[in-house]
Amino acid sequence: MYEKTLTQLAAALKSGEFSSRELTAHYLQRIEQADGKLNSFISVTAEQALKQAEVADNARAAGNAGPLAGIPLALKDIFCTQGVKTSCGSKMLDNFIAPYNATVVEKLNAAGTISLGKTNMDEFAMGSSNENSYYGPVKNPWDLTAVPGGSSGGSAAAVAAGLVPAAMGTDTGGSIRQPAAFCGITGLKPTYGRVSRFGIIAYASSLDQAGPMARSAEDCAHLLGVIAGHDGRDSTSVARGVPDYVEGLNAPLSGLKIGLPKEYFGDGLDPDVEKAVREAVKVYESLGATVREVSLPHTHYAIPAYYVIAPAEASSNLSRYDGVRFGHRCDNPSDLIDLYTRSRAEGFGEEVKRRILIGTHTLSEGFFDAYYTKAQQVRRLIRQDFLDAFEDVDVLMGPASPTPAFDLGAKKDPVSMYLQDIYTIAVNLAGIPGISVPAGLAGGRPVGLQILGTHFAEAQLLNVAHQFQQATDWHLQRPAFAEEYA
Amino acid sequence: MALEESHVRRAAHLARLAVSDDQASGFVDDLSRILDMVDQLQSLDTEGVTPLAHPLDATQRLRADEVTETNQRDTFQRCAPAVENGLYLVPRVVE
Repeated sequence: MYEKTLTQLAAALKSGEFSSRELTAHYLQRIEQADGKLNSFISVTAEQALKQAEVADNARAAGNAGPLAGIPLALKDIFCTQGVKTSCGSKMLDNFIAPYNATVVEKLNAAGTISLGKTNMDEFAMGSSNENSYYGPVKNPWDLTAVPGGSSGGSAAAVAAGLVPAAMGTDTGGSIRQPAAFCGITGLKPTYGRVSRFGIIAYASSLDQAGPMARSAEDCAHLLGVIAGHDGRDSTSVARGVPDYVEGLNAPLSGLKIGLPKEYFGDGLDPDVEKAVREAVKVYESLGATVREVSLPHTHYAIPAYYVIAPAEASSNLSRYDGVRFGHRCDNPSDLIDLYTRSRAEGFGEEVKRRILIGTHTLSEGFFDAYYTKAQQVRRLIRQDFLDAFEDVDVLMGPASPTPAFDLGAKKDPVSMYLQDIYTIAVNLAGIPGISVPAGLAGGRPVGLQILGTHFAEAQLLNVAHQFQQATDWHLQRPAFAEEYA
Repeated sequence: MALEESHVRRAAHLARLAVSDDQASGFVDDLSRILDMVDQLQSLDTEGVTPLAHPLDATQRLRADEVTETNQRDTFQRCAPAVENGLYLVPRVVE
């Protein structure tokens, strides 16, 4: 069953080929057999999953099943799930049982999908390799010595290994697209505000966005239709209708204007990655698209701007972890300040501390204008680059990451890790949507083609990605690891 | 803008984060490298550019001033480390 895409599984459940209970048990067994090697899950909620599956089967028998009823999924451990540990990959929240559900979780529950559990991630979504998790690193199923990417590395590895048909991730600077690229799956970061952030543990609130990670663009289209939409509980969620993302998947691409940002094909790009991406662009030309070079002149300011804005927002968001209301508390505090400072020092890992300190420093008196105001000005210039480009072309294409997945432990210096996100991070600053689709292999490790569109162009991105997946089969390729388990 | 250990100490104090002497020097190194990278921003002329706080330039939506949430104190205190009679317990602040 695990060979099938989510779309195929939904059809099989509908036709009665197997029940949701059988399907759920199948994936739970795969997780039990294989995840010891991958570490992609922090919590597996087997009992609840089987109960949910039974409910879905009963609904189907009664004729009340929606299109995705009974489909097993996994949730990055950043989504609050009522009654289930929600750790955000941190010791700080190792004891946190969420008292409510994120809106995304509510919507998935209402659609009748099944949650198999919570996936591993970089602590508080801060990282590009999943090595910053309190629960240990995740391995890439294509090569167990490689990272799966991050921060949604557990979700990406689990989908690639066939431990779940699809999973939810979040993306603040590339955390859906880069692990999707590294693990050879399809991952969509929607427009900022398209999906409610309510109940998603906050990292950088003006950048955070949730989205689907699956085998195909078609799978992502089904899932985005469920999770998108306005939510009064998230003041930044956008009051705008949700289109039918599946309906437009088969629109022909003749006349599509593709822009290749020249800054995305410069120094530091792995030649094999470049080759795979250029081959993919040729496929689009054969489908009737035209290609031209464009420029996003402020690209190289995106990482510097991000590492002011995101840590500044994080330092504010993470001030809530005080050892008083929830989360880790130190033993025997001598006074209130000792309680705060020691609980936080014990609960947070190194990278989280670095970002809290950077953010606190750049927001502090005497530095605010030089850093924060400046970064917000640069943010406007970066967004304008994209808006200008979309005057001339429909979509932008390039690599999702300058290299394929790197080895575990290869990037010890924080700045060299940050530079990995050169092609993904500007997208969050601009708030536009982006998708990564499998486009080949480099040295046996997957390459992701990133496709970018203007604000709220998700339907177009999914259509463009789906047409590529009709013409190629990179997205259906599986690591040998996945075949080792029945 | 060079980063000194006093900056790290001040940020740690403001962020209520305990940092040992050993850790402080490590943070000075790491944060200096990050800020060196960030300082590339200073080479860009942004005169007259309005700072962008929200990617869609949206402003905060207002809602009617009505009570919409129910009291869930017991539920929310279940995940607290120490509570008594509906109150959060912390070390004595006022003698």
